[in-house]
Amino acid sequence: MDLKDKLVSSFLAFENRVDVDTHVHNVRSEAIKVFEEKGFPTKKEEAWKYTSLNKVLKEDYSVFPKQENALDYKDVKKYLIHDTDTYNVVFIDGKYSSHLSQTTHDGIDVCLMSSALTSPKYRLIIENHFNKAATADSLSSLNTAFSQEGVYIHIPKNKIADKPIQFINFSTGTEASTLLQPRNLVVAEENSHVQIIERHQSLTTNPVLTNSVTEIFTKKRAIVDYYKIQNDSENASLIDNTFIKQQRESIASVHTFSFGGKLIRNNLNFFQEGERIDSILKGVTILGDKQHVDHNTLVHHIEPNCESHQDYKGIFGDSSTGVFNGKIIVEKEAQKTNAFQSNNNILLSDKASINTKPQLEIFADDVKCSHGCTIGQLDESAMFYMQSRGIPKKEAKALLMYAFSNNVLNSVKIPELKQRITKIIANKLGVNIGFDL
Amino acid sequence: MSKYTEDDLREELKTKEYEYGFYTDIKSDTFPVGLNEDIVRAISKKKEEPQWMTDWRLEAFRVWQEMTEPEWANVHYTKPDFQAISYYSAPNSKPKYDSIDEVDPELLETFTKLGISLDEQKKLAGVAMDVVVDSVSVATTFKKTLGEKGIIFMSISEAIKEHPELVRKYLGTVVPQKDNFYAALNSAVFSDGSFCYIPKGVKCPMELSTYFRINQAGTGQFERTLVVADEGSYVSYLEGCTAPSRDENQLHAAVVELIALDDAEIKYSTVQNWFPGNAEGKGGVYNFVTKRGLCEKNAKISWTQVETGSAVTWKYPSCILKGDNSVGEFYSIAVTNNYQQADTGTKMIHLGKNTKSTIISKGISAGKSQNSYRGLVQIGSRAENARNFSQCDSLLMGNECGAHTFPYIEAKNKSAKIEHEATTSKIGEDQIFYCNQRGIDTEKAIALIVNGFSKEVLNKLPMEFAVEAQKLLEISLEGSVG
Repeated sequence: MDLKDKLVSSFLAFENRVDVDTHVHNVRSEAIKVFEEKGFPTKKEEAWKYTSLNKVLKEDYSVFPKQENALDYKDVKKYLIHDTDTYNVVFIDGKYSSHLSQTTHDGIDVCLMSSALTSPKYRLIIENHFNKAATADSLSSLNTAFSQEGVYIHIPKNKIADKPIQFINFSTGTEASTLLQPRNLVVAEENSHVQIIERHQSLTTNPVLTNSVTEIFTKKRAIVDYYKIQNDSENASLIDNTFIKQQRESIASVHTFSFGGKLIRNNLNFFQEGERIDSILKGVTILGDKQHVDHNTLVHHIEPNCESHQDYKGIFGDSSTGVFNGKIIVEKEAQKTNAFQSNNNILLSDKASINTKPQLEIFADDVKCSHGCTIGQLDESAMFYMQSRGIPKKEAKALLMYAFSNNVLNSVKIPELKQRITKIIANKLGVNIGFDL
Repeated sequence: MSKYTEDDLREELKTKEYEYGFYTDIKSDTFPVGLNEDIVRAISKKKEEPQWMTDWRLEAFRVWQEMTEPEWANVHYTKPDFQAISYYSAPNSKPKYDSIDEVDPELLETFTKLGISLDEQKKLAGVAMDVVVDSVSVATTFKKTLGEKGIIFMSISEAIKEHPELVRKYLGTVVPQKDNFYAALNSAVFSDGSFCYIPKGVKCPMELSTYFRINQAGTGQFERTLVVADEGSYVSYLEGCTAPSRDENQLHAAVVELIALDDAEIKYSTVQNWFPGNAEGKGGVYNFVTKRGLCEKNAKISWTQVETGSAVTWKYPSCILKGDNSVGEFYSIAVTNNYQQADTGTKMIHLGKNTKSTIISKGISAGKSQNSYRGLVQIGSRAENARNFSQCDSLLMGNECGAHTFPYIEAKNKSAKIEHEATTSKIGEDQIFYCNQRGIDTEKAIALIVNGFSKEVLNKLPMEFAVEAQKLLEISLEGSVG
């Protein structure tokens, strides 16, 4: 029995097990039908031309983790941004871990999707937002069908979240291979502001596949900063589906830092449904071994006077593969749109490869849209310059690569996070130098 | 003086009728409609082809039957009914003419209307014409001059008879029969086309050119062009098209193969102006073309195209840079108006070391048209120091048209250097204001700007062709090109 059949047949069992109200039940039943019809995407589909899921789907994943696991804070401390005060939501094998988490209902809501889905208090918000941004593609539908646990964040009107919210999904690997499907919902009401850090971490060598869906709603003039850290172990794969619906004058930015994992696919979708919206998509990808990262972005400009800025940097070593597939659609009504997209890549090895496809689909005439894309190497003369001044080759190389990704790092607004990422990069490049130049 | 604005231009573009739409009544020898193995055999027999050629066609036909029409392109159209097309039509007044006087006068009149009177062409700066009207070559000029140099330039059916060893060696090597749906169809039923062979070390003294025309109602034209430049040779090949106005959709599925052996250079220029359909988007030619070139060591292939016609254009002149130090170039202007759709671009496949490629693509869309650039730059794992530069710019006129770019970039070698950039914009009000301020009226200003926008590509056209290209741009964007 392949994974698809297994998932479809276990759907009923899943539905019986969870306590559901009718609205969510209907959404789930619709979604499983869509998944059953479409199945997992194959390389024949244009959006999956360069990424094959075959290898990842071969594993016999256990769909429902049976055992509950506890982790000690000291074991997982290093994965958290602990040097600053944050709200934490920690999941272990898809189950909420209350003793590692710190949630709140004081002014803002940072809590669990499972309780939001069932509690009458959140009913209206769930009905208006749950599955309203996600598209009906097969993987998102699969997640929707099995959606139960995840983070629920609601920032009311005129509120600023007093500290960043971070959430981590740990997998402990008690099962031979695990499939996790976290489902997150972020609603930032009018004039609110929130910073969120997301991370998936496997603590095992057993294969883990995470198929996550995050829906983000930014209402009028809301500001959402979202950071994704992807530095997982070599057997962990991640399919991240993020959907962001923006209302007028809101600003949403998503930074994606991909440093590890077996296969990572980021489906990042922005829908601009108002005027004067700004969407920011940035990413740094540094890969080695046989890792594969695929960034698939979409910015849909629907209304006039909006902007979008995309900046993705990639450094690829060993036998790694990088894919960038960026799409900007400017509708006929979206006059005066400014859309920029840039994708810069460095190839360090002959076995590494890059496939990039920056697309523009433009139906409005009064727009400024551009995209640029480069593939190149480290500048030899710069290397020579530094080496001739006593900087060892390895450090010189690291410095150049750091400088290359600095543009993106500079726009990280949480200083502790920035430091942490800098450390990860230094670690990744195998050097021990402070980059705070 | 009334103010000429972009709106006026748009209005003019909408109402501008196809100027070269006319139909010459020449008696034709046409096959019954439909396609089956017998038709393929009959075409082959009609052309007095040797057995290997017939087998080659049949092989292609069998492959084609298994294939389905591709649908990935960003174009929408009613699919042609392949059983409703007549696959062969040749002007009746055969056999060949020794002098121009013997040619059917009506045909000559057609040429005059097109402004390419043969006599004049003969005198024109060394341009040899292999005129193809509805698939059969009716006049070949300058053959003698070329013959002295050892250059073979003739219709492909003649070449199959006279130089079977060359044709057999190269035909289908760059675009195999089963390459794609339309290439397979073409391989099975191609009626004629041009063949050109430049011997070792010869620099072709003149621009070679062929005029393609679709003339017979209801006949699809399946041209096959094969250009072989032997070691160290050079040739510049020109291809231009105009087609009469017609209501039903006509299919044009040509295949062009270029082979540049070591140190050779081929420059292939196209001006395409098939009937684009009327202002309501009715009629027009479907242009589904497969063009590909193969570069051996130190060879260079340069594609230049000006695409103004056709209801649906679907074409990607490509270069396979197989040899070390080979160079591929692609310069293109694609203009779409009314309901035209164009999905065009190039593929640069870098396989050899130190290979270079340049892509400059300019798209201009007006009316309700859709203009797409689709390109692939692929660097193989052994292509050390490969270099690519791509630039695709789009100009939008009016808010009912669309411009799209789909560049694919695949690099598998760390020494690759690839740059790609694309912009989309409209003619800036500030640019027009700047011109107005200096006494240049809006019409002229738009002309200047469009001209400047396409200059990089127009400059790459051979002198003889640049004039015609300007003329075609004028037809497509009347009032905007000075």
